[in-house]
Amino acid sequence: MALVEIRDVHKSFQRDTQTVEVYVGLDVDFEDGSFTALMGPSGSGKSTLLNLIAGLDRPTSGAVRVAGAEVSALNAAQLAVWRARHIGFVFQSYNLLPVLTAYQNVELPLLLAPLSKKERRERVTVALGVVGLEDRMDHYPRQLSGGQEQRTAIARAIVADPTLILLDEPTGQLDAKSSQEVLKLLRRLNDEFRKTIIIVTHDAHAAEQAKAVLHLEKGVLVERQGTPA
Amino acid sequence: MRIPLVYNVRSVLQRPVSTAMTALGIGIVVAVFIAMLALARGFGAALVQTGSPDNVLVLRRGADAELSSGISRETARIIATSPHVALGPDGRPLASPEVFVAINIHRLGDTASMANVVARGVSEAAFTVRRNIRIAAGRRFNSGRSEIIVGQKLVGRVGHSAVGDTMRFAGRDWVVVGHFTAGGSSFESEIWGENEQFMPVFRGEVFQSVSFRLREPAAFEEAKRALEGDQRMTVDAHRETEFYASQSELLTRILEFLAFVITSIMAVGAVFGAVNTMYAAVGARTPEIAVLLTLGFKPRSVLASFLAESAVIALAGGVIGCLLALPINGIVTSTTNWNSFTEVAFAFRVTPGLLLSGLVFAVVMGVLGGFFPARRAAKLPVVQALR
Amino acid sequence: MKYLPLVLANLGRHKRRTVLTIVSVALALFLFASLRSVVTTLDASSRFGGADRMIVQNATGIVFPLPMSYAARLQATPGVTAVSWANWFGGRYGDGKRFFANFAVDPSSYLAMYPEFVIPEDQKQAFLRERSAALVGRRLLEVFGWRVGQDVTLQGTIFPGPWTFTIRAVYTPSNKIISDDALMFHYDYLDERLDRRMSPGWYVLRIADPALAPQVARRIDDEFRNSSSATKTGTEQAFQAGFVTMWGNVRFLMNSIGMAVVFAILLVTANAMMMSARERTSEVAVLKTIGFTDRTLFLLVMVEAGCIACAGALLGLGGAKLLYGTGDFNFVGFLPGFDVTPGTLGIGAGLALALTVASGVVPAMRAARLPVVQALRKVE
Repeated sequence: MALVEIRDVHKSFQRDTQTVEVYVGLDVDFEDGSFTALMGPSGSGKSTLLNLIAGLDRPTSGAVRVAGAEVSALNAAQLAVWRARHIGFVFQSYNLLPVLTAYQNVELPLLLAPLSKKERRERVTVALGVVGLEDRMDHYPRQLSGGQEQRTAIARAIVADPTLILLDEPTGQLDAKSSQEVLKLLRRLNDEFRKTIIIVTHDAHAAEQAKAVLHLEKGVLVERQGTPA
Repeated sequence: MRIPLVYNVRSVLQRPVSTAMTALGIGIVVAVFIAMLALARGFGAALVQTGSPDNVLVLRRGADAELSSGISRETARIIATSPHVALGPDGRPLASPEVFVAINIHRLGDTASMANVVARGVSEAAFTVRRNIRIAAGRRFNSGRSEIIVGQKLVGRVGHSAVGDTMRFAGRDWVVVGHFTAGGSSFESEIWGENEQFMPVFRGEVFQSVSFRLREPAAFEEAKRALEGDQRMTVDAHRETEFYASQSELLTRILEFLAFVITSIMAVGAVFGAVNTMYAAVGARTPEIAVLLTLGFKPRSVLASFLAESAVIALAGGVIGCLLALPINGIVTSTTNWNSFTEVAFAFRVTPGLLLSGLVFAVVMGVLGGFFPARRAAKLPVVQALR
Repeated sequence: MKYLPLVLANLGRHKRRTVLTIVSVALALFLFASLRSVVTTLDASSRFGGADRMIVQNATGIVFPLPMSYAARLQATPGVTAVSWANWFGGRYGDGKRFFANFAVDPSSYLAMYPEFVIPEDQKQAFLRERSAALVGRRLLEVFGWRVGQDVTLQGTIFPGPWTFTIRAVYTPSNKIISDDALMFHYDYLDERLDRRMSPGWYVLRIADPALAPQVARRIDDEFRNSSSATKTGTEQAFQAGFVTMWGNVRFLMNSIGMAVVFAILLVTANAMMMSARERTSEVAVLKTIGFTDRTLFLLVMVEAGCIACAGALLGLGGAKLLYGTGDFNFVGFLPGFDVTPGTLGIGAGLALALTVASGVVPAMRAARLPVVQALRKVE
């Protein structure tokens, strides 16, 4: 069984008075330990797929299963709990809360778990160590560079040891060098720590680092390159 | 080049709830301000109107209130024959010797309450010496009878005050034969009867005061000197208006003091509210401000623009406040004037001047609140804002 | 709680706004406490009265005297164990701007009647001995700079002319409610100067059994009903309460203003909370993505509102209690014993709670209900 199973998913939503159909019967699997890049033109539904997997959105019909659980069938409260345990999400921007330090930002997902302060400290330190920002843990986001901000966001995404790491255009706002840092980190997370990663991106370099690339065009899987695992 | 006001108006309408709340907050402060000063002014006005500038009030020397004064019949006669006293059309001196006491009466509806109501014993002369006394219902009391007339403001506030009712005090029954008005002055809080009737039941053969009309209104000082220097009696002569004004001083001052303290504290809170709102507005509109500056509007114009915006919001609040306070105009309340130790009923007095003060106060709050945020907007480094 | 750093960090986001809002709340609650304390102080003084003391006054009005001959008859009334009397003097000191009570008393019986006046024994004896002596409240020493042994001259208003007394004794009230700025002197001094027997303004009686007060009152009033001066007898408390009512509808005035103040401040606080909330939609979305439940976010916003209200309450109510409780404030003698009661503090705390709910509930609901996906679209 694949880690993520998308079965016959239809998704449409209202924009003003029009109904926009994003997916009409999408089927796709993501294996455990895979590193997949989702590419495609804007409006092809890449972000929507990520939202469906994370349980942030519900398909109009069809099933989304992650680690055996039918995500599309959980209610909002259950989803929140499930998400905290299973998903690490990184956005293009506005990831970090500006009023909290890097340490406090990374700690956030752990506040949802019954851990002691000491246990939280341990995990945060490890996570920040993995992304190479241990020495910056007391800095505020405004004191970090774009690349460092995103790496902190990634640290937050992995700190609770989630099943899946989802990233939506993480390098969209970064320069070439910072992008490289981030992508190398992701590759390492996948190679060394066997983290399953799905990344939505326009960046060709990201596609290079990934082990598989899916092209989406108007909600339809157009091409598949690379090995799934 | 001034930034068109329509920009501010539209922007303000973009955040209607926030604007409304700020305006309302200022409005409440203005309403309290107006209400409290209306209270103070109402009280002051009632007492000031009680006097007439060409009347003189004569009390025993050293007495600071009519209540503590005592003037014998002989003294009253001497005063009445003074050349400074004007003569009426019938040739009789316009001098009114009066009995003044405070009697204990319950306020209607509250039997535990105690009010010291003025009972004034007068003669015919009182109705001419004291201007603007009008019978509003019933008739004047007749001489030799146990009859009284009740001031308009007391009617309905104390028991048995309707025409035809019988009040009981000083061990006697008194029939209410009429109600009278006195131009809104404190006389309207009094009970009047014939002084010859009042004397025996109250303090015996003494009056408390003599009021007379000056023959020469400008000759007050002369009259005062003459009377006070007269060896046959020991009296003080006061210009009526000044006397009653001083009687209102303590309470008016307390009320005004309270008004200023309370509204100042409230105003600080309201100003802070305006500050918050304006800072948020400036923060939210940073890109627009940058554009305006880039277009060539001077920073000074930006400052003026935001200041005006704040002032206009505050002005709207001021109008709300005036509207909130307006209905209390004319409401009658009563308290004890501690200077005279007697009950005075008076009406809240909202004057156009007071409303104007309220509006000005509101604008001042708005300008104070908007100043620093407006300055921040004007000093915006354009490049930073455009990013 | 482990979420506290998050709440505090949010409050620290716009320090100026948070501080201004807290200060506004503090000012409003300070004002509320002050206004309400006027009412509670007046209430307290209207409740004051020795349970075993009664006042006999002229039924026509307090300004009318009673015959001296009543003293013996009152003493003989069943249930009455002691009688004293006093007369309002109404003198002024200096420019007369600072009002204070001054009256003539029958010295030994009056002091016996009021053990609440605490006087050093030697001073007490000195006062009793000397006819021109005066007993003054300790506050008058501060207000006018008087000293024991000093001669003071009052200008009489009811009894004209200058009246000179020697301060021989100073009293301190054992109960805060009793005014500490009165001056008392010998009745005989009044008589002597005026060369006639003065009639008392009122009589004070001590009765054996407080429960029998109504009967004693009726008995006395019946006895004198048809005399030259009918009487009105009542407990001292009723007498005090009557004085308080002379103020008029103060309670209504203070409560109205108090309500207006609180409402105005509610607007300021709610506005500030709403502004903060509006700026944080993307953050709320991120938190929800991480897995924070709607309920948690609701609570976080409410706690934030609560912190502001709490801080404001501590500052405002605490400030009022400190100012009035420890200071010697008595509003120029009119409100002795002015203090903030626990009841007022309780209501103030309640208001802070109500403020929290009212200002926080809309932003909290918004945060809880925020549809993540829509909000996320803005994040991208």
